[in-house]
Amino acid sequence: MSDLRTISSNPHVRSRVTTSNIMFWVVVALLPAALLGVINFGLDAAIVLAISVATTVLTELIYEKLMKKPVTIGDYSAVVTGLLLGMNLPSSVPWFIPVLGGVFAILAVKMVFGGLGQNFMNPALGGRCFLLISFTGYMTTFPAPNEVTFLDRIFNISMDAYTGATPLAQIKAGETVNVWNMIIGRTAGTIGETSMLAIVIGACILLLLGIIDLRIPGMYILTFVLFIGLFGENHFDPYYIAGQLAGGGLMLGAFFMATDYVSSPITSKGKYIFGAFLGILTGIFRTFSSSAESVSYAIIIANCVSPLIERWTLPRAFGIKKEKKETEVSKA
Amino acid sequence: MAKLTFKGGIHPHEGKELTKDKPIREVLPKGDLVYPMSQHIGAPATPIVAVGDHVLAGQKIAEAQGFVSAPVYATVSGTVKAIEKRRVVTGNLVESIIVENDGNYEEVEYPAVKPLEELTTEEKINMIREAGIVGMGGAGFPTAVKLSPKEPEKIEYIIANCSECEPYLTSDYRRMKENPDLLLQGLRIAVGLFPNAKGILAIEDNKQDVIDMFKEMVRDDDKILVKELMTKYPEGAERMLIYACTGREINSSQLPADAGCIVDNVDTLVAVGRAVTEGKPLMERIVTITGEAINDPCNFKVRIGTNYAELIEEAGGFKTEPAKIISGGPMMGFAIFDTNVPTTKTASAMTCLTDAEVEWLAPTACINCAKCVEACPEHLVPKNLADAVENDDEERFLKEYGMECCECGCCSFVCPAKRHLTQQIKGMRKIQLGKRAAAAKK
Ligand code: SF4
Ligand code: SF4
Repeated sequence: MSDLRTISSNPHVRSRVTTSNIMFWVVVALLPAALLGVINFGLDAAIVLAISVATTVLTELIYEKLMKKPVTIGDYSAVVTGLLLGMNLPSSVPWFIPVLGGVFAILAVKMVFGGLGQNFMNPALGGRCFLLISFTGYMTTFPAPNEVTFLDRIFNISMDAYTGATPLAQIKAGETVNVWNMIIGRTAGTIGETSMLAIVIGACILLLLGIIDLRIPGMYILTFVLFIGLFGENHFDPYYIAGQLAGGGLMLGAFFMATDYVSSPITSKGKYIFGAFLGILTGIFRTFSSSAESVSYAIIIANCVSPLIERWTLPRAFGIKKEKKETEVSKA
Repeated sequence: MAKLTFKGGIHPHEGKELTKDKPIREVLPKGDLVYPMSQHIGAPATPIVAVGDHVLAGQKIAEAQGFVSAPVYATVSGTVKAIEKRRVVTGNLVESIIVENDGNYEEVEYPAVKPLEELTTEEKINMIREAGIVGMGGAGFPTAVKLSPKEPEKIEYIIANCSECEPYLTSDYRRMKENPDLLLQGLRIAVGLFPNAKGILAIEDNKQDVIDMFKEMVRDDDKILVKELMTKYPEGAERMLIYACTGREINSSQLPADAGCIVDNVDTLVAVGRAVTEGKPLMERIVTITGEAINDPCNFKVRIGTNYAELIEEAGGFKTEPAKIISGGPMMGFAIFDTNVPTTKTASAMTCLTDAEVEWLAPTACINCAKCVEACPEHLVPKNLADAVENDDEERFLKEYGMECCECGCCSFVCPAKRHLTQQIKGMRKIQLGKRAAAAKK
């Protein structure tokens, strides 16, 4: 008989799920929100998204070629980063914004730490925060849906003329918000964050496939609602709560960015704590400051404490706890 | 009713349909029979026959050495051809007695046995010991030792492990379907050894027909309970099984007896019944020969010592060149490169998989997806343990309970990055166990 037969260790069968098909489904799940972004904000949005994805994928490819490392763009993780980054930008930003953001996300957040799985913070969010700090003007000017087109911008670079107030800004200013518009995404905001409905559809795809679960987003949303209910200006007023939930990228953040595997805790208890921590942080930012990007900052801060949470919540092995109890009893 | 189960685990492709509905076929050995002296945990047996001796089926040919050991019996009549080292399923060379089969299958006269009611517990345990019975699920721990715990009055449940959670295997299922009375007889005898024990038939719900059958059979027996378990791997792992049946948790350094339980495999209990009622030693077992690479997958009733290659031939040989030949099932079995090895007391199956099933992908970077954490029945963080192994960090490995791993393979199975988690953890456990043993010697 042949000595060459594989005699590797058990298990001899593996599930069919691979990293690349998980990432592929994340891309698919992001598409409804991206598509609504394009419908609401026009061709501009499509261009920003395309530049962003092309940048992240190319950056990864070129970096890996130059460093003579195995090329990993086939795992779709760079596509996810690019798409998420693009969806976190206003459609009115000039072309170099997604380029700089994409390069930063891949090089400074992902590759420097050793590539996929080693980055301690979500690359797309890292990229967004870098842009927020460097280009606050571009990044916090949100066009109202379908009022600005690509052609407009070529001839008229003035930004102020067409900007709209985001729902959160409206709430802050005491105006009422149209919740229906928020649900279908006809409000000012970044490309991918405005349509609650599209985001929830995408989230359902991931939930059904078991790629994400409700521990982090569920706890996040629950804690957040409780927090602003108790400490927010209008407490449990349903319009206020709905506005808070639909606005400011909370849904996109909760379902697609807080659930990022790499930068959230691996333990089950850790996931609940991580979610609750996010809810409280976002609540604090939203109640006591006016930053429309509170979700991004909250997630980045939570990413940094994730390793700590993980260490605190390491599970006890099966049967170990009981033994401890028993020895205590026998001592007593 | 909510099905009994544990936290974690996986649902691999069952593959049981290949052999599930085929009746057990008896095969008689053609070539020589090989009896390794070490088919159990504990001291190897010592031969008590010499080359040239004529032996009968059912004749003792090797004597147990010490308390934790088991005797070995000839399973055919014939001549002792050699006593030498032979390769066994694990790949090791083991001292073995080789018997040339004369084809007459002459059996020894078994001494008359007293009726069950007249036997004392001690006599029964002695009969089980003498019959050479060991855990036939794979562990090979001498059954008589298992059935004589320090405090027999504390044993509350004898659990017949009928879960057969390992994919592809159906030998226990066929045994239960065809000889339910033999299993019940064995279980009742085992229960009878203890003053306060009840018997549990723990069966996964993918064998609903067997569950219904047993429920009917034990309707009037309040000492035997039928427990329906959720079909999930590794439901039949000893500690998971005890938890599912009783809600009690034990860790790796405790014994089932610490939870008031004793767990025995189906064929083992059948053998116990035979030994006590007929005085017959352990001579046969059911072996599943299966997998997509086999022409006619089947369950065989086999005389222990028969060559595996003969069984594969009996099952129609290979349909395609197998990518992997596994002794046991795909989750916990181990891959072998040579089928020219004898069946032993613990040989439950040979699974021959094709390339399509043993999809081979190179490991990629861990994405921290927590799937391994959710799958681990021992509530470990396999990712951290494998990282600790990669960094040679023994302290972390031990601190995060690496030694509690039962090597079930769930973590490697689910890992989307295809990391060899089980393999790495297993390797480190071996090193640590070696160190422990060395320290104990000092
Ligand atoms: S299943 Fe694999 S990829 Fe996921 S956390 Fe565990 S080791 Fe990492
Ligand atoms: S092989 Fe070990 S670490 Fe992996 S799932 Fe099984 S018990 Fe857990």
